[in-house]
Amino acid sequence: MSAVIAVSPGSRRYRGWVLPIAAIAIWWLASHQGWSQSGLLVSPEKVAVTAWEQITSDKFWRAICASLTRNLSGFFIGTSLGLVLGCLLGLSRHFERLVGPSFNTFKQISLFAWIPLISVWFGLGDVAKVAFLSLAALVPVVVNTCDGLRSVPPNLLEVARVYGFSRWQTIIGVMLPAALPSIFTGLYLALVYSWLATIGAEYLLVSGEGIGNTLIDGSEHFMMDLVLFAMVVIGLVGWSLNALARVCERRMQRLYGIAPR
Amino acid sequence: MARAQTARPEPYAAPALPRDNVKRLPPAPIRPVRKVEIPRTSQGFANLRRYTEPWLLPLVLLGLWYLGVERGWLSEQVLPPPAYVYQTLSDLITSGDLWINALASMQRVVLGFALGASIGVVLGAAMGLSRTVEDYLLPTFNALVQIPVLAWLPFALLVFGIGEPLKYVLIAKAATVPITLCTLQAFHQAPKGLLEVGRAYGFSRWQSVVGIVLPAAVPTLFTGLRLGFTKAWLSLVVVELVASSEGLGYLIVYGRQLFQLDLVMAAVVVVGAVGLLIDRGFDYVERRLNRGRPGTAGALS
Repeated sequence: MSAVIAVSPGSRRYRGWVLPIAAIAIWWLASHQGWSQSGLLVSPEKVAVTAWEQITSDKFWRAICASLTRNLSGFFIGTSLGLVLGCLLGLSRHFERLVGPSFNTFKQISLFAWIPLISVWFGLGDVAKVAFLSLAALVPVVVNTCDGLRSVPPNLLEVARVYGFSRWQTIIGVMLPAALPSIFTGLYLALVYSWLATIGAEYLLVSGEGIGNTLIDGSEHFMMDLVLFAMVVIGLVGWSLNALARVCERRMQRLYGIAPR
Repeated sequence: MARAQTARPEPYAAPALPRDNVKRLPPAPIRPVRKVEIPRTSQGFANLRRYTEPWLLPLVLLGLWYLGVERGWLSEQVLPPPAYVYQTLSDLITSGDLWINALASMQRVVLGFALGASIGVVLGAAMGLSRTVEDYLLPTFNALVQIPVLAWLPFALLVFGIGEPLKYVLIAKAATVPITLCTLQAFHQAPKGLLEVGRAYGFSRWQSVVGIVLPAAVPTLFTGLRLGFTKAWLSLVVVELVASSEGLGYLIVYGRQLFQLDLVMAAVVVVGAVGLLIDRGFDYVERRLNRGRPGTAGALS
């Protein structure tokens, strides 16, 4: 172990690549040496070929666009409703007493348990999917917005009162900026959840096109290469959405002069 | 005047300002943040209100639901009357179907969670204690985490088939991710000052891990376990919706296929109730764990 201590930070960065490359090498060996006769063990090249075919096809891009449109519309509907509800819950004691306990019970119901009910109420089309996505995005936004507004440091409120801020001024000038990091956490979670829910909605409300349907196609036709490709794409899209959210968050924080988390 | 001001009931703990400092401030127009002056006589009424208010919304919704079905705003097929759902629920309980399915679900979630939690804690601890392990594993782990459970489902379906192993693997995967990340974070945020003290006392590596790092890591670790269980419960429902022949998720799918929405709603209510119970249980344990600690996990870092 003593040799390891002396590694430079440059070589440490490459260590992360060891495991994936080893895994791909073993996979390649396994598929070429015929260790398993199962048709499910496709070779890495086959996946690459399938990936290229998919990327150059129109159908794939249409599926991605359909998924993303759904995801973003659900996200915007869900987060706008969530911000309103969260602000009401966080700012009004009265509203909190009326709605808070019901909401806390409601959010315990596992998200995907709603799918069968939604499919009866809204059908299998885009309306049902967007309704489900909004629900997925709504819950984390409400919880975090409400939490953020509640946990504004009391001394900030005290200062606002000393300066004779009106209630409205206090909310706009003190409480919202102080709650911003928490609100962002909520939005961030909502983005993650809504992407997960997009896949779920496409998986469980099978109709139309989307990246989730590509996945199901592959699964139904025992095409492991297509399944693997769709998985990677889903992971990449999720990662890019996260990265985008992080950039926006940092921008906003700089705008408000808040130290990043 | 100043006395009257301090005697006013505060909705939060006011920071203690130096006395003379307060006096020198210009007389600020005092706006009460909230109306808190409740006359003594209506104290009982206020108490009553506090306990009844949370029930108002559910009752109104229930009333609307009842009215909507009664007046025929919605057909019974789309929204069965509440009494019908209640009937189905009590039938499920008395016939024992509920227990069989709930037990099947609980067994899956507990076993899957136990598997995922052990993997997560070991992985997180290994990465938290050794920089080398972290360098090798964390990037791959982070890449795999990007793929949600639902995207793993078709892959696992092909590899494991539709049997029980599929459910355990997916539930374990769902639980592993947050537990690993929280364990890693918990080990990283070991209090620097205490470690320094440990070094001054000549603690061995093992001693400082057991005596300093672990106790400080407990709250964050527990948050991870809690998150992991929530995720496990979420994916249990998904897995049972997609592929199962018993369990609470299966009840939901079964009711949906037969268009018995009363069964679907009864099962959804049970899923929500179990989720609520689990959440309360974790809340209770967390409060016991945090008792006698100086603040929460954040304060320790």
